[in-house]
Amino acid sequence: MTNLATPASPPKSETVHVSLTVNGKPVTVEVDPRTLLVQLLRDHLLLTGTHVGCDTSQCGACVVLMDGDAVKSCTVLAAQADGASVTTIEGLAAGGTLHPMQEAFRENHGLQCGFCTPGMIMTAVDLVAHHGPGLTEQQIREGLDGNLCRCTGYHNIVKSIAAGAQAMAGGSGSGAKVAAE
Amino acid sequence: MYSFHYRRPTALNEALAVLHADSEAKMLAGGQTLIPTLKQRLAQPTALVDLSRIAGLSGIQKTAEGVTIGAMTHHADVARSPIVREVIPALADLAGQIGDAAVRNRGTLGGSLANNDPTADYPAAVLALNAVVSTDHRSIPADAYFQGLFETALEEGEIIVAVEFPQVDKAAYAKFRNPASRYAMAGVFVAKTAAEVRVAVTGAGQSGVFLWEEAGDVLASDFSPAAVDKLALDPSDLMSDLHGSAEYRAQLVKVMTKRAVASIA
Repeated sequence: MTNLATPASPPKSETVHVSLTVNGKPVTVEVDPRTLLVQLLRDHLLLTGTHVGCDTSQCGACVVLMDGDAVKSCTVLAAQADGASVTTIEGLAAGGTLHPMQEAFRENHGLQCGFCTPGMIMTAVDLVAHHGPGLTEQQIREGLDGNLCRCTGYHNIVKSIAAGAQAMAGGSGSGAKVAAE
Repeated sequence: MYSFHYRRPTALNEALAVLHADSEAKMLAGGQTLIPTLKQRLAQPTALVDLSRIAGLSGIQKTAEGVTIGAMTHHADVARSPIVREVIPALADLAGQIGDAAVRNRGTLGGSLANNDPTADYPAAVLALNAVVSTDHRSIPADAYFQGLFETALEEGEIIVAVEFPQVDKAAYAKFRNPASRYAMAGVFVAKTAAEVRVAVTGAGQSGVFLWEEAGDVLASDFSPAAVDKLALDPSDLMSDLHGSAEYRAQLVKVMTKRAVASIA
């Protein structure tokens, strides 16, 4: 972010100490208080799977889990995440095996360009955590309210999430209650 | 963003000390309005005082009169609360319609009320239910709290601690939202007690949330959607913008009032 003239601003040297857990690993950094959580993830920790789409809290491409809840990391200061446990898209897969929700997106063609996908998947994981594997199509569509897909691929995203929810519960992964066409 | 100091007090009096020593310091609650505002350089506070580590500012308690909700309680927690669902289900419904899921996980009741955006949802519930806003040093009844566009009775550096919502006989919230911003184009909260019916309108008034007293009066004698039919809300004090004219909003308010009443009549 370009630092234009900042009249009457406090000393720029001040930093804030942030300790948090990211994808299970402890992280400690000293950052400018203005640093956003998404900047900490992408620029400091090089976890570039979390995307910045709009930077105005609208699109949800930057959604990560913070203590289990989906949050827009472009609208959280890194300092606010002190002490928190953050999970990004990089933290979902176990070893070389995709998380069931990731696999469901692959299986159901839930992505086109893929830019919104990390945010969609993190939001989906939060949805399953709060509503269980029996998510209805309406719950999925309402739950995706804060995630935009510019390829307009919503239909397959909804299908993917229904299937991913089943798979997360240990089902076959094909139990989507959403009409295919 | 312009640069700022970041403070994270763990006690209310520490926060008050920072805020009273520096009138340009700002409180940070959930940050879902403040952080976007800072990013657009529309505000330049010297310091942000993060209220999230102060004990006792969040949580939901059932009381003899109704329910008390801590100022730092997230919208998602109000929406999901079994206590709120039991005592004032309309309030849980309203909380579940704010912004989107990720915003509801961070945004707070106190933040919404302190900002008093004319299109925010919570002010409608607080005003219709005649709730009491309690701060670090006093209690402010809803009728005295809302004072206009982004204006409240809060003094400089005064911190909202909790809101006491009284239980009512019946209540409902009907919202027509702007599909892009998810704010209310017209949001109507109807609350019925033995004594009166209060109809609070958000999203439409030029001076923020207001009571539609005429609708409350007719609903007090006939609590039915048809009772609202003969009313016409004067559009002269309503907002007119690219999303809709004042006349359009006046009609929306009427329709939302009827929908709210129909859902509980």
